[in-house]
Amino acid sequence: MNYRMIVYLTAQIIRAVGWLLLVPLIVAAVFAERASFFAFLATAVGMILLGTLFTLKKPANKAVYTREGMAVVACAWIAVSVLGALPYVFSGDIPSLADAIFETASGLTTTGSTILNDIEGMSKACLFWRAFTHFIGGMGVLIFMLAILPQADTRTMHLVRAESAGPTAGKLVAKMSISVRILYGIYITLTMAEMLFLLFGGMPFFDAITTAFATAGTGGFSVKAGSIADYNSAYVDFIVTLFMGLFSVNFTLYYLLLSKKFMQVFKNEELRTFLGICAVSILLITGNIVPIYGSILKALRYAGFQVLTIISTAGFGTADYTEWPAFSQMILLSLMFVGGCAGSTGGGLKVMRIIVLFKSAVREVKRTLCPRAVVTVKCDGRALDKEMVRGVCNYFVVFMLLLAGSALLLSLDGHDVPTTVSAVITCMNNVGPGLNEVGPSGNFAGFSAWAKLLLSVDMLLGRLEIYPLLVLFTVRKK
Amino acid sequence: MNILIVGCGKAGTILAETLCKEGHDITVMDTNADVVRSLVDNNDVQGVVGNALIIRDLQEAGVDQANILIAMTDSDETNILCCLMARKNKAKHSIARVRNPQYSEQMVFMREELGISMMINPEFQTANDIARMLRYPNAIHVETFAKGRMDLAEMKVTAGGVLDGLALSSLSTRLKLHLLVCAVKRGQDITIPDGSFVLQDGDNIYITAAHGDLSRFYKAVGDHKARVRSCIIVGGGKIGYYLVRQLLELGFQVKIIEQDLARCEQLSEWFPKATVIHDDGTDQNVLEEEGLAKADACIMLTGIDEENIILSLYAKTIGVEKIVTKINRTSLLSISDSVGLENIVSPKKTTAELILQYVRAKQNSVNSNIITLYRLVEDKLEAIEFIVRGDAKFVGKPLKELHVNSGFLIAGIIRGNKRIIPSGEDVLKVNDSVVVVTTNRKITSLDEMFAQ
Repeated sequence: MNYRMIVYLTAQIIRAVGWLLLVPLIVAAVFAERASFFAFLATAVGMILLGTLFTLKKPANKAVYTREGMAVVACAWIAVSVLGALPYVFSGDIPSLADAIFETASGLTTTGSTILNDIEGMSKACLFWRAFTHFIGGMGVLIFMLAILPQADTRTMHLVRAESAGPTAGKLVAKMSISVRILYGIYITLTMAEMLFLLFGGMPFFDAITTAFATAGTGGFSVKAGSIADYNSAYVDFIVTLFMGLFSVNFTLYYLLLSKKFMQVFKNEELRTFLGICAVSILLITGNIVPIYGSILKALRYAGFQVLTIISTAGFGTADYTEWPAFSQMILLSLMFVGGCAGSTGGGLKVMRIIVLFKSAVREVKRTLCPRAVVTVKCDGRALDKEMVRGVCNYFVVFMLLLAGSALLLSLDGHDVPTTVSAVITCMNNVGPGLNEVGPSGNFAGFSAWAKLLLSVDMLLGRLEIYPLLVLFTVRKK
Repeated sequence: MNILIVGCGKAGTILAETLCKEGHDITVMDTNADVVRSLVDNNDVQGVVGNALIIRDLQEAGVDQANILIAMTDSDETNILCCLMARKNKAKHSIARVRNPQYSEQMVFMREELGISMMINPEFQTANDIARMLRYPNAIHVETFAKGRMDLAEMKVTAGGVLDGLALSSLSTRLKLHLLVCAVKRGQDITIPDGSFVLQDGDNIYITAAHGDLSRFYKAVGDHKARVRSCIIVGGGKIGYYLVRQLLELGFQVKIIEQDLARCEQLSEWFPKATVIHDDGTDQNVLEEEGLAKADACIMLTGIDEENIILSLYAKTIGVEKIVTKINRTSLLSISDSVGLENIVSPKKTTAELILQYVRAKQNSVNSNIITLYRLVEDKLEAIEFIVRGDAKFVGKPLKELHVNSGFLIAGIIRGNKRIIPSGEDVLKVNDSVVVVTTNRKITSLDEMFAQ
């Protein structure tokens, strides 16, 4: 492996995030928060210096292949999760380092699980930084770097593939730098649109921008203790629901819309499946919870929000679904695995993988019944690449094994089974809330320090789709 | 420019890599997912797995946005059909690799009626390259441009030779020849010389001249390698076929050694003037018996790169003057250099270079009255082709009366099918193609090269 290039690229990302820290620094200055101002200043300067130090000399061998790409992504995310936690510690808002790392990892991986008991007691700058990590992590730090840096190497595909979500990664246009700029353009435009809609609904500016950031990354950190429920507005619920849906759609489809290829969007199987799953879940849950709320419209509003918040893996809350019937809770728990579409900012397994898994399961059943039958797995009218199908099945197996392993380890921390299992599920799928203690009205503060670090690793595993982190543990080969 | 390359074999890959490095937006397309993936992984290009003869796949690859479509699949028919489909789908230009000579002979029809901009026959082009090497055995290198109508021959000035210390103005009178030194490379610098320029030892000069004059020039200059008269070709495949045809037209004695009897019979039927030998050309005894040592040149064209290299080395040891080696695998090209083989041809590379030249020309001729532009001599020298328009001030005046700015040189005038190496007496006429050689990158019209 090309270690020097890994260090070089990681350092570049650290430097880039260092510059991004200036945004919460400005927020601290605006709100005249002395402690957090110096905390962000110190961290920003430190990260920029560290990054600059290791990027002074460009490695002679600039080759980056699959393994290097994965290693860079893994190193960068771990480094940024740890370094990005420092402002919380320095400012005294979150004194424990393990807590701060959990919070940052949760932010960057757009999980949205929190350890904070008193959210409103935090400094504004730290609240902003929490939301901003969602925004950065949603599309990816490395992709951000590719968008702003002049194109140097031609093998950036390996980096992008390691960071982007879903079984396949493609480009919108021939040039990688242009592709990622278009993606970021769509991302920023949608975020701005949501912010304007929220402002229009009477939300304060600070809340609107942080909520928009948190929705964009499908993260779920809110600046209110009661999350979106605190605004107590059907309009806000509707806007957030809508945008959670929009951010869970493959961004390529927006580009197709822009280039006026409406039929391709309309016929997209993943989008149709995603909408179908949402519609069926909302209907089932609405029917199930009508007795609690008394009116169909109200039930629809809460069911819609909860389904979208879970399937998009945002994890906001307007209702405590742990008080709902077990049927609704089971649907939501299953939706955690589904997640958004490939190429969106949503977490989870991705709808595309679910489609492939389902279809290959059907194929296996058919082949068991009729062993000589030749059945191809098709999607969007084309036979899927065998390698891709195999990769998806393999990913699912590894994912479930790690999930079971993590749950087993976490059970040592002494919480009840639903809490333990749902905590791991929600973290690995980057959703946010789980069941019981970690439900929408609870938080992760009850776990011990090592358990929080374990869950932080789970979140990174889920966001980076496992393999990049595994590369770090592979045997060193010449 | 937006370029869509269909077919990612060796030549397609070389093309994609090179065009990508020049900053074009490349989309590659192949039915084989593995080759597409490896290309996309290693280059900043977009990949589409699909069949280029299916409209839906073509559209997915963005054919309507493409400035140029290049069809490089194995099959001539696929390439031609693909170009037609691309044209109907609004691709601006299309290039097809077409190997069947009977197809390429219909080039005019294909271009005028079907809208295919260019057809490339790699074997034919390679044969052209080889023929040029044999025609000018002294030249280090010969570049062709202006659609093959102009040659630029490179040669070295040696100490104590006729050229050493000679001013260019006295060149023609001294040698009584009509030729033009277009550029001189001294060290790393390229200069467009004027009459007062004095040549010295170590200069590389680039000359255009009429064919006959160029060989006479070599003779006059002294260190003349005897003109190639007889040559032995090992391997009678497609390149062999084209080459024999050209060499016979040039009046060479051609002996061709081919292993396959049926092919031999065909060759002897087509080329009664050539001596066709049916035997194993890689056998040294055979080569010796057929008089390899006495041949002026030998061309190794077997299907196996390694054989070609070994045979060339053998020919070198027994002292054949001009040895041409065909090498297909790009990875072997660097090795051949180190073992001292000078004249290497590679059909894939030739194809890629020709297309590159076309793409560059297209890119530069957008929004100016430049017809085509060629980069020569490691991209340091440009040859630009203009058409003389009716309202130009310089029409009809002898060149010696026009004051040409320094750094520019009229290297040739093409009037109909006639090629003129200009002297002071020549005049420019309306609709002439004028080839200007320059190191100045910014020229956009012919007027700019004449002082007011």
